[in-house]
Amino acid sequence: MGLEAYLVVASLLFCIGLFGALTKRNIVMILMCIEIMLTAVDIVAVSFSKYLVPDQILLTGHVFAMFIIVVAAAEAGVALAIFISLYRRRATADATEIDLLKW
Amino acid sequence: MGLHLAFWLFAITTVGAALAVVIINDLFRAALCLILCFFMTAGLFVTLNADLLAGLQVLVYVGAISMLIMFAIVMTRDMEQGNRFNKMVVPVGLVAVVLAIAMIIAVVDADNFASLDTTEELSNIPSDALISEDKPTTSAIGQLLFSEDNGYLLVFEVAGVLLMAAAIGALVLSRER
Repeated sequence: MGLEAYLVVASLLFCIGLFGALTKRNIVMILMCIEIMLTAVDIVAVSFSKYLVPDQILLTGHVFAMFIIVVAAAEAGVALAIFISLYRRRATADATEIDLLKW
Repeated sequence: MGLHLAFWLFAITTVGAALAVVIINDLFRAALCLILCFFMTAGLFVTLNADLLAGLQVLVYVGAISMLIMFAIVMTRDMEQGNRFNKMVVPVGLVAVVLAIAMIIAVVDADNFASLDTTEELSNIPSDALISEDKPTTSAIGQLLFSEDNGYLLVFEVAGVLLMAAAIGALVLSRER
């Protein structure tokens, strides 16, 4: 398969994640869609690292994807702690009801 | 041939599972579809010769992040209300479709991504960042991560500090007062 096929898959995943992150009401669903977007970026980095130099693998893309995974893990941990403490105070997981900063 | 078949299987399942995450009305089943999506992405990494990253994807995303997400779904008892949309579905859907079409048009044009094959361009790449396609990547990535010249040692240490800060922050945030 060529580079383009992987990039098309990653674009579709990114747009699905973007749509979900902007339209979902449940905050856990928003986090899940953001994880889908991060995975799409991982696919782009890894596929470029295979196809940029013919017959060889450029490992910079792999290292970038690894750091994206690290940041995604840290983000998921902190986000879920925020959800739990928010649910304890406001008893809601609906992003449209968390509107203290809205004007 | 086998690689093509594997690519199509993994690609179609990944995109289908991601669509199911957005569409399915039951939150818990959406989380299960997310796990399927991550698992199939690990398969895509295998077809790209990224063996270490495929393992990491299964360990971190399928093993850890999905469990955290399911835990959060169970803790916040909002499941009965289903997987609802807000009022922005039509405009955001239009933007997402237009963006997807634009990205695919830009990506399919192969001239945008000419591969580096002239010796001058190749000489700018540090030699330990390049390995041949039939070798396993794990030891080479380790060498690249921990080498002090052209390596990612500082970034690795910063990532460790970030993880520790995130762990302490999560503990402080979720503590009972």
